[in-house]
Amino acid sequence: MQPAPSVIIFSTLSGAGFGLLFFLGLGMPVVTGGIAFGFYVIAYLLAVGGLMASVFHLGNKKNAWKSYSQWRTSWLSREAWFAVSALLCMGLYAFLQVFFATTVATLGFLGAALSLCTVFATSMIYAQLKTIPRWNQPATPGFFVAASLAGGALLSNNPNLAMVLLLVLAAVVAFHWWKGDQRFAEAGSTIETATQLKGRVSLWEKPHTGENYLTHEMVYQVARKHAVKLRVIALLLMTVVPIFLVLVFGPHHLPVALAVLSHLAGLFAQRWLFFAEAEHVVGLYYGAHTGKQTA
Amino acid sequence: MTALPATTDKKLGLVIDLDTCVGCHACVTACKGWNTQNYGVPLSDQDPYGMPSGTFLNRIHSFQSQPEPVNDIPQLARTTHFPRSCLHCEDAPCVTVCPTGASYKRAEDGIVLVNEDACMGCGLCAWACPYGARELDQQAGVMKKCTLCVDRIYNDNLPEEDREPACVRTCPAGARHFGDLGDPESDVSKLVAERGGVDLMPEQGTKPVNQYLPPRPRDTLQAPEMTGEEDVLAPFLAPVAEEPKGLLAWVDRALEKI
Ligand code: SF4
Ligand code: SF4
Ligand code: SF4
Repeated sequence: MQPAPSVIIFSTLSGAGFGLLFFLGLGMPVVTGGIAFGFYVIAYLLAVGGLMASVFHLGNKKNAWKSYSQWRTSWLSREAWFAVSALLCMGLYAFLQVFFATTVATLGFLGAALSLCTVFATSMIYAQLKTIPRWNQPATPGFFVAASLAGGALLSNNPNLAMVLLLVLAAVVAFHWWKGDQRFAEAGSTIETATQLKGRVSLWEKPHTGENYLTHEMVYQVARKHAVKLRVIALLLMTVVPIFLVLVFGPHHLPVALAVLSHLAGLFAQRWLFFAEAEHVVGLYYGAHTGKQTA
Repeated sequence: MTALPATTDKKLGLVIDLDTCVGCHACVTACKGWNTQNYGVPLSDQDPYGMPSGTFLNRIHSFQSQPEPVNDIPQLARTTHFPRSCLHCEDAPCVTVCPTGASYKRAEDGIVLVNEDACMGCGLCAWACPYGARELDQQAGVMKKCTLCVDRIYNDNLPEEDREPACVRTCPAGARHFGDLGDPESDVSKLVAERGGVDLMPEQGTKPVNQYLPPRPRDTLQAPEMTGEEDVLAPFLAPVAEEPKGLLAWVDRALEKI
């Protein structure tokens, strides 16, 4: 799949933002006044900034509001609902903390739950797609939620919890790669099931000589030789460097800030791979992925 | 509403005969011609005099298939032209993922359509379709797909013989058939039963309405004698991925240096 920068930025930043809101909602830490203001500005910039980036991905932005209508069937619609309710609920909670130094715990718990639901709904947009076997596995929501919690714990200055969650995230991400490499064969779609022709089938001629929306968006093939390197870079930046920084320099502002930056850079690499490595079954009609199908 | 109807009164769809399709692309042109002037926004083209690309609701692929040897005697490879358009699936994943309600399946005849006035161009439905039947128009930013020529088949202003999809009407080889696949007595259902029509990618669980008729066994009269040396070059002729450009090229070079 084409790794569109807008979608990668969206899922990474908003995940971290909602993770921070989750911990603030749980009262970890309970903050008021100016400090609270600082925390919420960061959380809202990340969460809302990420959501704005995703709107850039739309072909027809003026109809974006209609995406609230289909929550019964569509995960994208549910994500929109969860995001707005989480932001409103946490907005009220933050308002009371910042200006009245009042913490309404139930409101915070509700906001925390809604924040986590938002991240889960985002992940299900990808995980539900049978057409992209690499995404269609439980570890997809697993790492989206783990990444959001780990980033949130780092941002909310819960260093010990953050280190544990970063390790969990690394494990889930590694599992997702390992499982993902087998998913295309497991799903069982091949150029033979796609065409229902007998014998060994190969593409002889594409429909048109040029590219089209499908080949650009879904039959995207990046040099896989880099995948291993990028996986190592992602793990290092996402988990190893942040843990190292916090352990060696302690949970102070500068090392934690650097840890957050490193973590987000690692997540960008991980999300880039999440798209670039994903094989859509329609590629079979264009002669792609035949090396990955079951023999 | 993007919930699927439990059942549809009819199952209108196409039957595509892979035995008779000659790969002339007449249906591609007829489809684009009709649909660029009728239902919804036109089907735009980009950079027509440079590196052209554009929106199509129907595309023809060509495949080569090499049958397994019979009694150690290699069999002739064969070419099959393969029209690919929306299959109007009964269990259409493209419909249920749509957040805006723009995508829907009609309860009366099973046609899957996009209401362009509601579409926000997120492209999720195109991701959900296994068959590449949906394309986001790059000019209008809304999703386009085969309408089963809904504006022809019920159109009283057209002469009766034209009240069928443009691709079916135009096909010079008679390789495309249109009808109600929910009615076992219809001509298309009989044709499917007689010729052993099949679903594409049944493992995806989409329950396609459109059916494909597999190519008939080839005549062996005057076929060249095969010795087994014929396809030594075939494995080396696989399509090659293109070099990446822009940001990707940079990532590519940066990683190469590590
Ligand atoms: S072929 Fe694709 S676009 Fe058409 S109904 Fe099936 S899933 Fe939807
Ligand atoms: S591109 Fe349009 S029709 Fe497709 S899922 Fe998005 S809003 Fe629905
Ligand atoms: S039925 Fe109409 S819209 Fe569909 S492929 Fe044929 S000509 Fe195109």
